[in-house]
Amino acid sequence: MSSIEANGKTYETDEEGYLADLNTWDKDVAVVMAQIDDCELTENHWEVINFLREYYEEYQIAPAVRVLTKAIGKKLGKDKGNSKYLYELFPYGPAKQACKYAGLPKPTGCV
Amino acid sequence: MSDTKKFLYINRKAPYGTIYAWESLEVVLIGAAFEQDVSLAFMDDGVYQLMKGQDTSAIGMKNFSPTYAALGDYEITKIFVEKESLEERGLTLDDLQHLVWEDEDEDWAEKDSIRLVSRAELGDVMAEQDVLFNF
Repeated sequence: MSSIEANGKTYETDEEGYLADLNTWDKDVAVVMAQIDDCELTENHWEVINFLREYYEEYQIAPAVRVLTKAIGKKLGKDKGNSKYLYELFPYGPAKQACKYAGLPKPTGCV
Repeated sequence: MSDTKKFLYINRKAPYGTIYAWESLEVVLIGAAFEQDVSLAFMDDGVYQLMKGQDTSAIGMKNFSPTYAALGDYEITKIFVEKESLEERGLTLDDLQHLVWEDEDEDWAEKDSIRLVSRAELGDVMAEQDVLFNF
């Protein structure tokens, strides 16, 4: 079991850096996870992270990237619901990277 | 796509006694990425998978029933439920979750995903498929 330190707290993660328990998530750990990837979280990032947390809360799964793209387009507008926009925000793959910062497990079907 | 096949995932078991129901759902969600023509069928004790108001807190398992509501997002719009299986268990459609999909071409209009079919009709649906997965 690995772990991440943020603001004096320790968060357990799996070997790929996803939180072991999504209930331990807070904004501090998201910011530190992003720093590890050299990524500074902006309002646009938080929009996607918050969306993912709401999606998980409702459906108990992290959406596949195709589903995420479509749902973001519906909720936040067509200019954001496309893979170019999402890959610019999350270059390691929007579903994978954004889910990690959101404290969710790796999306089903993501390898 | 010219080589689209018709896939039917048949769910026959109650949700939490075995891993079949959850495994089936995961395979469906993963398989959805391949853009095939996917349908689901629920029969025998499998109809219990779609029941409203599931609570797994006493058995310490994850309640995955909310995930069925995400199927529409994965463009799975045909969910067949066998009428006789419901009746034999004293259930009606009202005991099941109301599952819908949103039609992007009609301004995201909500449409029902569940289709109540008789045993004979479900047999016809199976006969039309290219691939059957039995869980």
